[in-house]
Amino acid sequence: MSTTAPVNASDRPVENISSATVRLAGDSGDGMQLTGSQLTNTSALAGNDVATFPDFPAEIRAPRGTRAGVSGFQVQFASEDIFTPGDQLDTLVVMNPAAYITNIGDLRKGGTLVVNTDSFTDKDFRLADIEEDPLDDPDLENNYRVIKIGMTTLTRAAVEELELSTKIADRCKNFFAMGFIYWLYGRDLQPTLTFIEQKFGNKPEISGANERALKAGWNFGETTESALSTYHVTPAKLEPGTYRNIMGNQALALGCVTAARLSGKELFLGSYPITPASDILHELSRHKHFGVRTFQAEDEIAAVCSTIGAAFGGAMAITTSSGPGIALKGEAIGLGMILELPMIVINIQRGGPSTGLPTKTEQSDLYQAMYGRNGESPLPIIAPRSPSDCFRTAIEAWQIASKYMIPVLLLSDGYIANGAEPWLIPNAADLPEINIQHPGPREEDAEPFLPYLRNEDLARPWAIPGTKGLEHRIGGLEKQENTGNVSYDPDNHQRMCELRNEKVQKIAEFIPEQEVFGEQSGDVLVLSWGGTYGACVTAVTRCVSDGLSVGHAHLRHLCPFPRNLETILGNFKKVLIPELNLGQLNTIIRSEFLLEAETLNKVKGRPFTVTEIEAKFR
Amino acid sequence: MSTELPVLKPADFGSDQDVRWCPGCGDYSILAQMKKALAEQAFPREKTVFISGIGCSSRFPYYMNTYGMHSIHGRAPAFATGLKSVRPDLQVWVITGDGDSLSIGGNHLMHALRRNVDINIILFNNRIYGLTKGQYSPTSETGKVTKSTPMGSIDNPLTPLSVAMGCDGAFVARSIDVNIKHLGKTLLAAAAHKGASFVEVYQNCNIFNDGAFKYATDRETKTDNVLELEHGKPMIFGKDRDKGIRLNGITPEVVELGKGITEDDLLFHDEKASEPTLAFLLARMRQPEFPEPIGVFRSVDAPVYDDMLNSQIEAAREQKGTGELDALFNAGDTWEVS
Ligand SMILES: Cc1ncc(C[n+]2csc(CCOP(=O)(O)OP(=O)(O)O)c2C)c(N)n1
Ligand code: SF4
Ligand SMILES: [Mg+2]
Repeated sequence: MSTTAPVNASDRPVENISSATVRLAGDSGDGMQLTGSQLTNTSALAGNDVATFPDFPAEIRAPRGTRAGVSGFQVQFASEDIFTPGDQLDTLVVMNPAAYITNIGDLRKGGTLVVNTDSFTDKDFRLADIEEDPLDDPDLENNYRVIKIGMTTLTRAAVEELELSTKIADRCKNFFAMGFIYWLYGRDLQPTLTFIEQKFGNKPEISGANERALKAGWNFGETTESALSTYHVTPAKLEPGTYRNIMGNQALALGCVTAARLSGKELFLGSYPITPASDILHELSRHKHFGVRTFQAEDEIAAVCSTIGAAFGGAMAITTSSGPGIALKGEAIGLGMILELPMIVINIQRGGPSTGLPTKTEQSDLYQAMYGRNGESPLPIIAPRSPSDCFRTAIEAWQIASKYMIPVLLLSDGYIANGAEPWLIPNAADLPEINIQHPGPREEDAEPFLPYLRNEDLARPWAIPGTKGLEHRIGGLEKQENTGNVSYDPDNHQRMCELRNEKVQKIAEFIPEQEVFGEQSGDVLVLSWGGTYGACVTAVTRCVSDGLSVGHAHLRHLCPFPRNLETILGNFKKVLIPELNLGQLNTIIRSEFLLEAETLNKVKGRPFTVTEIEAKFR
Repeated sequence: MSTELPVLKPADFGSDQDVRWCPGCGDYSILAQMKKALAEQAFPREKTVFISGIGCSSRFPYYMNTYGMHSIHGRAPAFATGLKSVRPDLQVWVITGDGDSLSIGGNHLMHALRRNVDINIILFNNRIYGLTKGQYSPTSETGKVTKSTPMGSIDNPLTPLSVAMGCDGAFVARSIDVNIKHLGKTLLAAAAHKGASFVEVYQNCNIFNDGAFKYATDRETKTDNVLELEHGKPMIFGKDRDKGIRLNGITPEVVELGKGITEDDLLFHDEKASEPTLAFLLARMRQPEFPEPIGVFRSVDAPVYDDMLNSQIEAAREQKGTGELDALFNAGDTWEVS
């Protein structure tokens, strides 16, 4: 379907390009997120690879027209595999002066600037804290191709016949902007028309207005002289198969539902709402027919405790949160660790410390995951690298948790969580079964059951209530080896601490060896983890194709590390660790391998650009 | 299920672990009555789970030969809620202390009660922190001199039953550690009730707060100081059963029977009253002005959290089937790449 011509095919000159980065920026009430995600879907349906970066304001409803209220959505669509939403913008749409002033710096020289001139009045300048009309700057036209459109007026005219209030009519102007961008990039209107029909179908005047605004935007491009040519991004050569767009949190949710099915379990989620993790709770609560039970707890402590309770009961239990919530969960995660029950603790990292930058991204909870509990309390840590990768990561986390009877910490971040990319949809039948055995009932006169007797993986049996003859007590007090009875014996405590630690280290036997992309040995190894994958792999690709001796190891397992990591580190003269924190992985690598790496650290609430990484090599 | 369940004796509910409470502690008596009650109700032992927080009282699960979890301080109701959500077939007991449930765990107690999760919460109220060696607790009387309050505590104490009532607790009761018949009966009633059951047990800590409930347990004084509530019966108490509780406007008062006052003038206990107002008044009656009521204050039917959670699952399945992964994966807009 992707190759069909747009319904309103334009006969203007078309320039073929390999990729485009577009950002739509406006007031948080202007509907930029919706516009952006529609453009993303439509581009994906047209066969492009896509990567997105929604940028939310911190306040839900910051004063209209102010810089604090600016909401942006960036998407890159391309005819090749891409891994980031793009560094510099090819096209920037600004719906008001605040959006202009906060975004213009990212538009490349020669890029296209689309402006809604109707919201460039004195009042708007005051709200945006600007002295004079920035569009008056004589240099503007020299630097960019500027397309000024009175979008509010044109939208009102387009919907006039419907006799809506101006307030409602003005709400459609994002569809006008969308229509114009669709025209500029030769996008098919049909998917969005269908979306409008589905979303607003029961309010005919709203759906009618949005449809008219969308078409008016397209037609405006078609009939005005303002744009010299439109662009065409040819479909990407992705691996064959069926695709859909997926966001990170959605993929985590689907991954968990799938892992539960693959292991014959029902899923339980205990959670307390927090940005940017709440969407997992929202998504999972829609899949009750899969046997998914979601519990919106009174706080994060109750959320994780209910999760442990459900794990004790034999469910696949998970809890989701972000840094501040994970801090509250700390004590109970330690309990989960000493109980040796399987579960997944998902942290969608955001800017910290404390409440920090709730809507922005960061990777600064790695120390918290590694060291954030009292006592000797190591736990496996796994991190997805991109939105669609969250699916596989959730399944792998459950494999580890259930095989080793241990809570697994999964570190995603706000960038992955809200970003979208095409996902090659798997066949359910091709996914591996996850084999979980619970010990069966015992006769009265059988040998006593040993709840802490370990197998070759050092895992204990998962005996669940309801099983006759396996009645046993677990708890946070130190337990005697094998019997699990409370024990204050000094030697036993040492032995148990060592055993629990050894069990975590043994997971390295299960996880795959680390792969290296690019050069396998040489001058520099880029060592990264989590959501920085896209920027790092793109930068390394460029360096390698320019003949630089660079390799890239992207870690998915942070505890334990892959068993061959030390060897890999030794194959390069220098190691560069780029992180969205002040050097947390670097410290851990140094303490583990006595290796002095070079660092690249950024804590601005924003992901790395490819250029920032590449600059380390040029 | 087979109809010939082996009959278990109270001792069959005890684990092989040595009980480590101080000799003379009221917890022993509660443990004994619990084993008896479980033997009597004959619910399968392997489907019985005890979950506790932290405190002397919270060691309880280790001494029961059922499934059990000694969790973390104050959070037992949250563990129980998760367990009950996925395993409604289990009978789940929460064992907690006055500090565990009303200080650090107040939040979870409140929410388990208002959600009406089908669990039985037994609060061992010794009006002191036992395990940490004797600091005052949220139920300690004002002026309490302890290690942390050498000049007397200045906090206003909580009445556990008022808290439970304030959370719309559907089953709210009180008993006394050494009043063994009454305690056994109350535990069984709590177990039989569908939904959250809350039982406060007056428990003597003979080491750090000895005699806190002497007035309610001493042979000499108990009949004058304790009012045993019985559903449908007038509220009569006293050694000679010659005193009663009457409502004067919206205030309860103690009256003497005879001299023109008959049983019919007294308050009749109605544990099924849908409004908790009277039950709340009863919960507020304290020594020395009033006898302190024991028994079931309130026992009403209310929608049960875990029932509703699981009916939503069933309803969703009736609507959409049991869920196909392929359909889940392919939802929304998809496209083919060849
Ligand atoms: C997070 C945490 N804070 C503090 C403690 C210390 N602590 C253990 S039990 C307890 C109070 C127990 O009092 P109560 O609940 O009345 O139980 P009792 O010992 O009287 O039965 C405290 C403060 C702890 N174990 N965990
Ligand atoms: S300290 Fe008090 S409550 Fe704790 S075991 Fe001893 S007597 Fe019982
Ligand atoms: Mg106490």
